[in-house]
Amino acid sequence: MKRRRLLATVAMLAAGSGLVACSSDEGGSDASNCTNTITKQNVPVVTMWGWYPNTQLVVDNFNKQHDDVQVCWTNVGQGGDEYDKFQTAISAGTGAPDVIMVEADRIPTFQIQGALVDIKQYGYDAVKANYGEGAWKDVSVGDAVYGVPVDGGPMGMIYRKDIFDKYKITPPKTWAEYEQAAQKVKDAGGPLFGDLGANVPAVLMALQIQKGASPFTFDPAQPKSIGVKLNDQASKDVLDYWGGLAKKGLVGTQDQFTPEYISGVINGKYATYISAAWAPGYLTGAGVGKGQDTGKFAVAPLPQWDPANPVQVNWGGSAFSVTKQAKKPELAAKVAYGLYADKESLTDGWTNQIIFPLNLTALKDPAFADLKVAFFDGQQANKEVYLPAAEAYKGVAYAPFGQYYLDAMTKQVSEVIKGSVTGSQAADKLQEDVAKYAKEQGFTVQ
Amino acid sequence: MTLLTEKRARRRQHETPKIRGKVHLREHLMGWLFVGPFAVVFLAFLIAPLAYALYLSLFQKKLIGGTSFVLFDNYVKAFTDPSFLSGAWFVLRFSLVSIPLQIGIALVLALILDAVTTLFARFSRLMIFLPYAIPTVIGAVMWGFLYSKGFGPLTDIFGLFGATAPDFLGSDLIFYGLLNVVTWQWAGYYMIILYAALQGVDPTLYEAARMDGAGRWQIATRIKIPLIAPALILILVFSLIGTLQFFNEPQILRYLAAGTIGTDFTPNMYAYQQAFSLANFNYGSAISFALGGIVFICVYAFLFFTRKRRSFL
Repeated sequence: MKRRRLLATVAMLAAGSGLVACSSDEGGSDASNCTNTITKQNVPVVTMWGWYPNTQLVVDNFNKQHDDVQVCWTNVGQGGDEYDKFQTAISAGTGAPDVIMVEADRIPTFQIQGALVDIKQYGYDAVKANYGEGAWKDVSVGDAVYGVPVDGGPMGMIYRKDIFDKYKITPPKTWAEYEQAAQKVKDAGGPLFGDLGANVPAVLMALQIQKGASPFTFDPAQPKSIGVKLNDQASKDVLDYWGGLAKKGLVGTQDQFTPEYISGVINGKYATYISAAWAPGYLTGAGVGKGQDTGKFAVAPLPQWDPANPVQVNWGGSAFSVTKQAKKPELAAKVAYGLYADKESLTDGWTNQIIFPLNLTALKDPAFADLKVAFFDGQQANKEVYLPAAEAYKGVAYAPFGQYYLDAMTKQVSEVIKGSVTGSQAADKLQEDVAKYAKEQGFTVQ
Repeated sequence: MTLLTEKRARRRQHETPKIRGKVHLREHLMGWLFVGPFAVVFLAFLIAPLAYALYLSLFQKKLIGGTSFVLFDNYVKAFTDPSFLSGAWFVLRFSLVSIPLQIGIALVLALILDAVTTLFARFSRLMIFLPYAIPTVIGAVMWGFLYSKGFGPLTDIFGLFGATAPDFLGSDLIFYGLLNVVTWQWAGYYMIILYAALQGVDPTLYEAARMDGAGRWQIATRIKIPLIAPALILILVFSLIGTLQFFNEPQILRYLAAGTIGTDFTPNMYAYQQAFSLANFNYGSAISFALGGIVFICVYAFLFFTRKRRSFL
């Protein structure tokens, strides 16, 4: 009897200690489960999340070059997956890494929650001259700097040379020409001309900005008030234009970054892909341009609304930010400033078209401008398309509730694709939806 | 045996109240010790999270202005939120179609397998159950590829006859696309439960029925089904709860179904988006509890309407 009681007690204690063991796990901020191998021992370690295809190399380069700090890198997913995990870590107050790769348009979202560190005091002056003004503007809120620019996403129009040759069309210079070319290909029984993906609202936002929209106006000096303008004529025009293309069957309506879409790109289902400078690297990684479609791609400048006053826009592009949960912010800032800033890493990045660098040492390198991009069959894509686009890019003010805005946009674009609303109606609904959310979140909406 | 118990009972009567109290206390203590491990886990992993979620759902956190206590405001918002309501309406509709379908198939299969006892029947039983052994995520991805217009077989098969393949990932047919995935996955599981219940029925009843002139059909409908009614009700409740909490399949398929499945497709997906994508844990918790309320009402209503026939629960 006594022995049994003892057993029961032991079992209960064991169960209890199991619980304690579970709760002491720190997850993301744990330096013991790095993807990379840290060779230097007894050196302070900074944890980092990121998803560049060549992060392994970038981290190894940094660790090799530094004896006072080592980087422990984890890939927790691309884009939204990472943001969700970071957001959860912010809410939980624990579990975030010291340094995190974020796209510039997400910085205000995390900054307003007090999740990022202003790194201006930790060596900004030393690297200030390495980046252009626009690059710094995209990662700043007011005077404070919340990230170190790494890559940008100047946009262009990737197209299939074989399809363009077959249907005897030249790269359209305006959106009107784009539609005419699409109609011509369709009438001749050709493939779709492009794709309207509901899951890439950032593209549509960029295209709206190209037409003159300015979705959000936000003055950090007055953080309680925000301007939301999502249904002005320019925004409506762009949604109507793409909704119209979809309705006429000129473009597809497939979600992008999916196997379905990529197989379409490989099989020549889409004549063009409206995308950014990092796309060749992404597409190569996804298996495009390696088999039957080798050397079939080329790139042309983004079509314009008014060719006399061209406007260049940006999709994606990212930075390294230091999180509030970093125990040694100064050390973390050193990593943020130094990672992906050495010549070796940058050169690997741009020669393989993984990133479009914002670091001026790379941008001003003649070899960068002259690079014959293998994915584009030797076309000098940087000189012809991406560099001019990057130089003309003026920067944008992003929303402090970017995730909600993009989700709401996805929802409305899905409705446009279904045909239940027109582009203009979608813009009106989006305005109503996002303005309501902004008010719920305590903003004064102008 | 009886003698022994009587003896013990008599002895108890003779014991003084004081000793009886001591024995009682010791038995109590032992009881708690045995319940202890379960109780700790139960409290830590079920009651505590539920209580915390309920607590969270009574607050509101704003980007500007911080957190404030709002009592039931989040619930009022949920029940006037078109995203939540349309999601709830979808899972209710889906339950009404999918549950009878799944259980109908499961019942027919179980009755057939119970009546036929060949090697082939045993093999079939395993094969029908197999989809349940495949993880939901794998199952959903697999069906997503089968439905795919780009590289699924449907396009080729329909192409042979010069027809266009139905797009089960499109907004018109997504209901049936999901219905097929869920039925494929769960019918086998329900079949096993019903089959096990049928195996527990006393075979002499069938013999008696046959002597009274009952045919196979009559044995199935008049004897087997009424006898396994408790198992039927059990799986109905299981499937009702499971379907109202629909999450995995649509969450996986939304990456393959262009824009058809939104983040608010089902209430659980909406709660997930609110909590983990928008950091709105308060509203996410409220949606979860509101869904819990709907599940409770549905299950209670169901048990209420079936209570007279069977005394289950």
